[in-house]
Amino acid sequence: MGADFVVLSLVPIAIGILVSVSCALLGNFLVLRRQSLIGDAVSHVVLPGIVGAFVLTGTVAAGAMLLGAGIAAVVAVLIIEVVRRVGRVEPGAAMGVVFTTLFAAGVLLLEQSDTSTVHLDVEHALYGNLESLIWLAGGAGWPALLDAEALAALPPQLPRLALVTLAVVVFLLVFWKELVIGTFDATFAESIGARPGLVGFALIVMVAVAAVAAFDAVGSIIVIAMFICPPAAARLMTDRLVPQLAWSVLFAVVSAVAGYVLAGYGPLWLGASYSVSAAGMIATVSGLILALACLAGPRRFGSRTAARRRARQSQSSMSNSLQV
Amino acid sequence: MNAPTLIADQGRTLGQNHPDSPLAISGLTVSYGEKPVLFSVDFVVPKGAMVAIVGPNGAGKSTLIKAALGIVPRIAGEVTVFGVPYEKARHRIAYVPQRASVDWDFPATVRDVVLMGLYREIGFLRFAGRRHREKALACLERVGMAAFADRQIGQLSGGQQQRVFLARALAQEADLYVMDEPFAGVDAATERAIIAVLKELNRAGKTIVCVHHDLATVPEYFDHVLLVNVRKIADGPVATTFTSQNLQATYGGRLAAAHVEEVAVVREAAGEGR
Repeated sequence: MGADFVVLSLVPIAIGILVSVSCALLGNFLVLRRQSLIGDAVSHVVLPGIVGAFVLTGTVAAGAMLLGAGIAAVVAVLIIEVVRRVGRVEPGAAMGVVFTTLFAAGVLLLEQSDTSTVHLDVEHALYGNLESLIWLAGGAGWPALLDAEALAALPPQLPRLALVTLAVVVFLLVFWKELVIGTFDATFAESIGARPGLVGFALIVMVAVAAVAAFDAVGSIIVIAMFICPPAAARLMTDRLVPQLAWSVLFAVVSAVAGYVLAGYGPLWLGASYSVSAAGMIATVSGLILALACLAGPRRFGSRTAARRRARQSQSSMSNSLQV
Repeated sequence: MNAPTLIADQGRTLGQNHPDSPLAISGLTVSYGEKPVLFSVDFVVPKGAMVAIVGPNGAGKSTLIKAALGIVPRIAGEVTVFGVPYEKARHRIAYVPQRASVDWDFPATVRDVVLMGLYREIGFLRFAGRRHREKALACLERVGMAAFADRQIGQLSGGQQQRVFLARALAQEADLYVMDEPFAGVDAATERAIIAVLKELNRAGKTIVCVHHDLATVPEYFDHVLLVNVRKIADGPVATTFTSQNLQATYGGRLAAAHVEEVAVVREAAGEGR
């Protein structure tokens, strides 16, 4: 693992890890709040957002793209809320309707607008361009990590995603109690002034920020998978919240690293002469981890009912010993 | 409702009229759709009372306490807690929602849930320390659940879950305890344990307000009652207010006449016992 690795693979792997970890951390709360689809919805509506931004500004500058995507995400969340209340449908249905409609509108807009001169297409939106985020200034190999000039030439996605991951960690630390109480018992949270509505909205905004920042580098496939798969797999590993977050981070990192390596080298090992999409492979690995957790995790379906049965039995003996 | 309901008699505000009442409600109206769930309810809880809120399903009992504590929006009416708006008295209120309103599969231990009651004490940007964990354990001790502190909450029976909720309310060290159906679906031992703790709190001068569904135990458990069915039917001491006539007015055809008589008999028997 020498200079080639640093030039070609270090940055994509680091970006894959940052995206996976930031999405998985937030995903824990989405899964517990039964809002997993929000991640899906937000990452789909990013497409009409960036196409809209391109049509309005005529550039594919990162600032305009991110702003357009962010606005689209917030607008979509508001539309979902309106559809849910006015249409009196369950939240999942409202999300499904809104994000497919907006994504389809984005595709139409993309085809109608003159984007032939720029790198903006549906494949890019789904799979991103993780493999192309190479670090040419890293030709010196590992020592380049200490070279300020080489570091300045890093793809801008890397520092941007590092910042977003840091923001996600700070958000979770600062609002930890409010998030936990509001997720478990929103009415109680309201009664003690923990502002569950506001904190819930802040969570969705953070989801939008993470999805939008990741979108440019890795596309929406990874984002959607990482909001759901690592947290859902972690949920099957433990009955405690902090260990659950730790498991989800571990699963996210394993997915990113294993997915990237398998996409680059897996087909070669099988005798093929091509590699496959890293984003697609990372998402696939996260899905496989979830499948494994379902089959072998300590909290898989069969073991849960058994634990309840044991608890019910011990309860009768406790009732008898209680002094009243 | 219109403006005059916001101001109580003689130009004074509700809080000025009832500065000592743990919970004073005036003209409370709540609506989820076009039809009001509660219509112009006035109710003043006396300090140190043990109050049952009674009424048929869909009468707005839960909504009444949720609206009083600002959990659901009201379209009209005024509420004061110890003479001030509830926002300024949150630290004096402990609210216990219906047990079925939360997902007990949530990844938390019994102690984690009780620690939620210390939210205000722990404070913003801080985490629970050893002192808080010990306090949570002491609250669990009072409801006979200390041995379960490290259990996952999904492993508990319904009665045990209800006790954990009570322990969380105890951790809040409030002066007013507002509970939504604390006896719904619990075993007999839990019911005895909960009422023992509530009576102990009441003796210590705390005010208790419970949404209650079991008419037969109202005279035994409570000293004050509010009968409600969208509108207030009656309120006052159990001895004078919990009459078969008022019950009939509250439940209408939904309560068989025989059942009313039965409850009334229970009431008289309980009255003789005291």
